[in-house]
Amino acid sequence: MDSALAVDRLQFAFTITYHYLFPQLTMGLALLILVLKTVALRTGDERYDDSARFWARIFGINFVFGVVTGIPMEFQFGTNWAAFSKYAGGVIGQTLAMEGMFAFFLESAFLGLFLFGERRLGPRGHWFAAFLVFIGSWLSGYFIVVTDAWMQHPVAHQLMPNGTVQLSSFVALLGNPWALWQYAHTMSGAAITGSVVMASVGAFYVLSGRAIEHGQRFLKVGVIAGCIFSILQLFPTGDQQGRMVAKYQPVTLAAMEALFTTGPGAPLVIIGQPNMDERSLDNAIAVPSMLSFLTYRHWDATVQGLDAFPTATWPDNVPLLYYAYHIMVGLGTIMIAILLISALLLWRDRLTTSRWMLWILMLMLPFPYIANTAGWMTAEIGRQPWLVYGLMRTSGGISPKVSAGNGLFTLLGFMGMYTILSLLFLFLVYREIEHGPAKPAASAAH
Amino acid sequence: MATAFFVIIALMLVVYSVLDGFDLGVGTIHWLIGRTREERRVVLSAIGPVWDGNEVWLIAAAGTLYFAFPALYASSFSGFYLPLTMVLWLLMMRGISIEVRSHVDDPLWHNLYDFVFTLSGALLTIFLGAALGNVIRGVPLDADGYFFEPIWTTFRVTGSVGILDWYTLLIGLMSFVTLANHGAHWLALKTRDQLQQRARRLAARLWWLVTLLTVVGFFATVWVQPKILENYLTPSWGWLIPVVALGGLGGMAIFGARQKDLAAFVSSSLYIAGMLGGVAFGMYPTLLPSITDPAYSLTLANSAAGAYGLQVGLVWWILGALLVIAYFCYVYWMFRHRVDGTGGTHQ
Repeated sequence: MDSALAVDRLQFAFTITYHYLFPQLTMGLALLILVLKTVALRTGDERYDDSARFWARIFGINFVFGVVTGIPMEFQFGTNWAAFSKYAGGVIGQTLAMEGMFAFFLESAFLGLFLFGERRLGPRGHWFAAFLVFIGSWLSGYFIVVTDAWMQHPVAHQLMPNGTVQLSSFVALLGNPWALWQYAHTMSGAAITGSVVMASVGAFYVLSGRAIEHGQRFLKVGVIAGCIFSILQLFPTGDQQGRMVAKYQPVTLAAMEALFTTGPGAPLVIIGQPNMDERSLDNAIAVPSMLSFLTYRHWDATVQGLDAFPTATWPDNVPLLYYAYHIMVGLGTIMIAILLISALLLWRDRLTTSRWMLWILMLMLPFPYIANTAGWMTAEIGRQPWLVYGLMRTSGGISPKVSAGNGLFTLLGFMGMYTILSLLFLFLVYREIEHGPAKPAASAAH
Repeated sequence: MATAFFVIIALMLVVYSVLDGFDLGVGTIHWLIGRTREERRVVLSAIGPVWDGNEVWLIAAAGTLYFAFPALYASSFSGFYLPLTMVLWLLMMRGISIEVRSHVDDPLWHNLYDFVFTLSGALLTIFLGAALGNVIRGVPLDADGYFFEPIWTTFRVTGSVGILDWYTLLIGLMSFVTLANHGAHWLALKTRDQLQQRARRLAARLWWLVTLLTVVGFFATVWVQPKILENYLTPSWGWLIPVVALGGLGGMAIFGARQKDLAAFVSSSLYIAGMLGGVAFGMYPTLLPSITDPAYSLTLANSAAGAYGLQVGLVWWILGALLVIAYFCYVYWMFRHRVDGTGGTHQ
């Protein structure tokens, strides 16, 4: 903590992790609200509009917290990572600026109309406002993923005599193959968060007997959407993402799996603790040959272990990377199981009477948040020790003149600020859920 | 091509200052205009539907700065590390206070967020003004194009300077008063009856202070940064910019006295645009002057991104700007009526 590099990394990790708790629900709910609005518009069923209104209130609160915690992200590239910004701004500045021009303006213009303009816009106009808010939030996601994908797999650039990289192909930047799968995987993850939150609140309403009719609808939409997206999360998006890592960052794959030695028929580890001193995995439970199959579609294919790479190119925190990856995959698998069984019960019309399942659905609320966070940790810790893979080391990217002391001042400030924001968020969302879907808890007017 | 982006970014910052400027100004005078809880709710509803979109101009301008002039972005954001981070905290407090106030119907809750809204708005106007003051005065750039300024040192404009000195504080004060005045004009335009009367009276009084600070600010600027006049020495269209500012200043007085609220607000906007545009025209082609050695100054030539990136950027920027203009016309059209005490007209 006494080095500027450690403080800068910690501050970015802390602020981005905290920030992403909000947009994942924003993007997920934007899709599900659009689904509810579409059903209401096509069938004329008022109850779907009522449900959409309830979720729009949660969405509104969540959106504000996402906006205010998002602003520091763009600014921190300049404040804490000046050397990186000077080096790569000519490339990734493009996508960050486009996010502002094409996504933020769209969202900010139509969010207010979506939240407060239902009477004035009429059913079709209001559906369209919901649609534009959905487009804005999902576009925003694309520009951010393209930015990260360029850091993971830098394409479309050329090195200049002044030591910076500049854009060489706009189309290649936006069509980075890494970005396409990463985007699908990220968005599917956000949709899971939206679905699980909806199903979880629905389970609460049915279990507590408060708003059973609304609760059942939340369960239906949440479970069906959650089931679809949790499967998409594994296949094809997660699978393809993994193959992308194997192809372009083989050392990262080895570290994610804590595969220390190269060999044929590499096992897929389910659980175990990496021991960096012995370069082994303690208490390992593994599926033999599975990693070889998943990576190369061949049971005895050779997978490169960490021993195939110089130590200086290993991710700098192998155990944390390993745990982040396994937590993501583990929770993802558990969620698929829960949502599949729930969908089966829903199909047999027994979900609302299966109280044990409703309890599980209600309590699984944190799972998608943890899994999405762990997924991003896997991507970002896995990229280490590079800031831009193969081009710039993380240690070379920080602001040369910002001292550790000044960095720690702002890090502690952000921690204090976000503690207060957390309390405020939980209080406001609790009030909305407590009040239920019947009518607005307070005047929606400003 | 770099010049095109100099103009674009200056334009975006002017639009930000005019649009979010009235939001911040309304924040600054929130407690003066709204005396009761209900009145303060009405005051807030005069910016409720638009503040978020207005703030996006700052984010979008920063993004455009990032890709068009990466070296300037890196240098200025890391050099202004502390005040910029505080601006982020204040922007958070401002946004949260507007949005959560209406969620709970309770006097204590309302008072708390009204206070946070006023405090963050007032401090933001001063910080943003002081930032402009720093850019005009110059910063201690080194040969690599970096610097770091503490928040204050000796309050002098030479030597080891801080973010705050007598000059940057003066510009901060000027920004505070100008935007308070701008916010008053906006409220005169958007409210009725007593609130409107108060806003008009306040704007009329603040006009004298704005005029006084314009004169003092002009001489202080020329004294601190004499080079800012260089571009004005040869006759050119650039002379029109200060004329616009003076016209706006006069317009505020004339239209304000005749209670033509829209014309007075437009005049205030032109005044702000003229003042900022005048600075930008005077600075060109320097982006950030160095007070250590003029050779270290960041300019269009040594800060711009590659030519291909700028060309592509210009294409999508124009496309994006057309869309943005359409959104803003639509939103402001939907919100064209005055707000009142019966729950706000933007419902």
